[in-house]
Amino acid sequence: MKISARDLDHKALNEALRGAGNDCELTDCLGQRFIAAGMSDKHIRISGIPGNALGAYLNGATIEVNGNAQDAVGDTMNAGEIIIHGNIGDAAGYAMRGGLICVQGNAGYRAGIHMKAYKEKLPVMIIGGTAGSFLGEYQAGGIIIVMGLHRGSARIVGNFPGTGMHGGKMFLRGRCENVIFPAQVNAHVAKAADMDEIMPYIRTFCTSFGYDPAEILDSDFTVITPDTKNPYRQMYVAN
Amino acid sequence: MGINYIYPEFEVVRNDARCIRCRVCERQCSNQVHQYDKDLDLVISDESKCVNCKRCVSLCPTRALKVVKSDCLLRENANWSNDNINEVYKQAGSGGVLLSSMGNPKPFPVYWDKILINASQVTNPSIDPLREPMETKVFLGKKGSDIKHDENGNLVTKLPPQLELSMPVMFSAMSYGSISYNAHESLARAATALGICYNTGEGGLHEDFYCYGPNTVVQVASGRFGVFKDYLEAGAAVEIKIGQGAKPGIGGHLPGTKIVGDISRTRMIPEGSDAISPAPHHDIYSIEDLRQLVFSLKEATEYKKPVIVKVAAVHNIAAIASGIARSGADIIAIDGYRGGTGAAPTRIRDNVGIPIELALASVDKRLRDEGIRNDVSLVVGGSIRSSSDVVKAIALGADACYIATAALLALGCHLCRTCHTGLCNWGIATQKPELVKRLNPDIGSERLINLMNAWRHEIKELMGGMGINSIEALRGNRLMLRGVGLNEKELEILGISHAGE
Repeated sequence: MKISARDLDHKALNEALRGAGNDCELTDCLGQRFIAAGMSDKHIRISGIPGNALGAYLNGATIEVNGNAQDAVGDTMNAGEIIIHGNIGDAAGYAMRGGLICVQGNAGYRAGIHMKAYKEKLPVMIIGGTAGSFLGEYQAGGIIIVMGLHRGSARIVGNFPGTGMHGGKMFLRGRCENVIFPAQVNAHVAKAADMDEIMPYIRTFCTSFGYDPAEILDSDFTVITPDTKNPYRQMYVAN
Repeated sequence: MGINYIYPEFEVVRNDARCIRCRVCERQCSNQVHQYDKDLDLVISDESKCVNCKRCVSLCPTRALKVVKSDCLLRENANWSNDNINEVYKQAGSGGVLLSSMGNPKPFPVYWDKILINASQVTNPSIDPLREPMETKVFLGKKGSDIKHDENGNLVTKLPPQLELSMPVMFSAMSYGSISYNAHESLARAATALGICYNTGEGGLHEDFYCYGPNTVVQVASGRFGVFKDYLEAGAAVEIKIGQGAKPGIGGHLPGTKIVGDISRTRMIPEGSDAISPAPHHDIYSIEDLRQLVFSLKEATEYKKPVIVKVAAVHNIAAIASGIARSGADIIAIDGYRGGTGAAPTRIRDNVGIPIELALASVDKRLRDEGIRNDVSLVVGGSIRSSSDVVKAIALGADACYIATAALLALGCHLCRTCHTGLCNWGIATQKPELVKRLNPDIGSERLINLMNAWRHEIKELMGGMGINSIEALRGNRLMLRGVGLNEKELEILGISHAGE
């Protein structure tokens, strides 16, 4: 079902989406926020630019954006897929617990902040371009992959990646010799077993955006893990 | 020099003539203070482990025990109190941040105790609540400011979503993790029986308690633990936690050692992993950003639930509340600096924030001055200790109160302020199964129901005395209050006259 977002505010737009069938095409999107908040069982294709908090609390729906998205993509997402044929803004995947965010271009600040995994739920964010500062801040679980394709001389990630990280894994393509990591994480070159873990997501990325996996795998990846899941353990004295 | 002279704070006094060596004290103390010595046929005590929770005292069948404050103190000093000195010793020995529990115990003024309530004499006769109907029901949420008619001239009576409470009190946020399963069950069952709400706190909602959803406020904090679609839909309202009175400006941290079994499942994080709620929501830097979170929750719940924004009472609370009212929130909850906590850094708990009485009065005035008071309801907590505190809060402008410490006291808490150890002998602030089972939810919920029914009756009597028969008519009715022993500035902020005026 085709829905034109022209002249619809976020409330009317989500109502239209809820009332539509499982397969929706949203056109003329112009900054409407909260699209598909909490939705499941839907496949939504969007043309235009969705506004902040696209797919917040997403619970199983698939969203594909033919363009850029703004801040807070997949906020507190629980399940589903968000595929962005473009760049995304800040704080993408805040506290996401499951599902996949797959971005062709770059991500802003604080991507994957406080991502968390739980049992069968393993959130994954894969970014084709670069990520801003504070990537994976407070990361508690899940996998963040940044590949830095077509970045020229730009750094693959901004400052302070993995600050406060206490779970999960982060993969950055390349040796990351010019990236400064905080003291409480370990960074080393990904081994074959590490790479096996992320191959399915790299394949999804390549299928979604027309890349050849060999082209992406022609470089080493750096894998970053926290050195403790209890970073605050020694800080207190009972009073 | 590594010797710190920290003499035990309490003494365990045992009347040996009364002691029958039943060893109840030994079995009941999770801190392992008591120990039976077979050879000597004596129960001996290690008072250095005692937290003065009074569990042993309460259960000793012959009243052979008492726990008293030790008089073995350092030399008296009005500047360097024993607490000050011992805290230095503790930090010098460990390098750690001091960690405390429950509300600020310092001797700051309690404004509730300096406010008196009016009563009718001769004119405007008082009302007998036993004889005449009294309304204590409240509805929390946005109220329309104008009257609308449909095309047929009928009144449009559809309001934004409201939280209906049979009396103006709710049990405030305490997470599953900070308190036990049985404590949550007691609160949930009591709230349901009473027609009020309890609050999940930020630790998610246990699957067994979804059935109490219509009487549950589900909380969303910066860690977003256990937050997903079903959770948001389960509650009667959604609360965004920005801050907490006991620790304004800092986040929460449940250590990995407490993330076990059901706690892990309910928070939806792995066992043994620290549950860290960052100090700020990292997507909120402005009122506009707050508005985004408010509306993302409204969208996810299809505008069927009121959204509460909870903040700690801090210096510019009136301006902050005005911003929250404009963010689209339906209810503002303000938590005063005496609010309780399962664990907070001592320095923050004891030194950050402002009294709820002053915060409430200034927020209510500000929202009225700006003409937006009816856009939001106000809920206040931290700390409301009695029905008269509730009545004073309502008259100062609150729509309802949050209580937590009082509710825990009803469940058996003896306010020993060591929740952070996880060894609560009363089965409240612990996850140890052998301790949790000491709190029977049948009895716990009944005691909460008793407490609230008693308060409801007292609220009616206080209202009746003023000649007021509806809680709505009391709200913001500051003429019903007078201050005693308050200076002009305090009276000005509270918006009340001095007694005798």
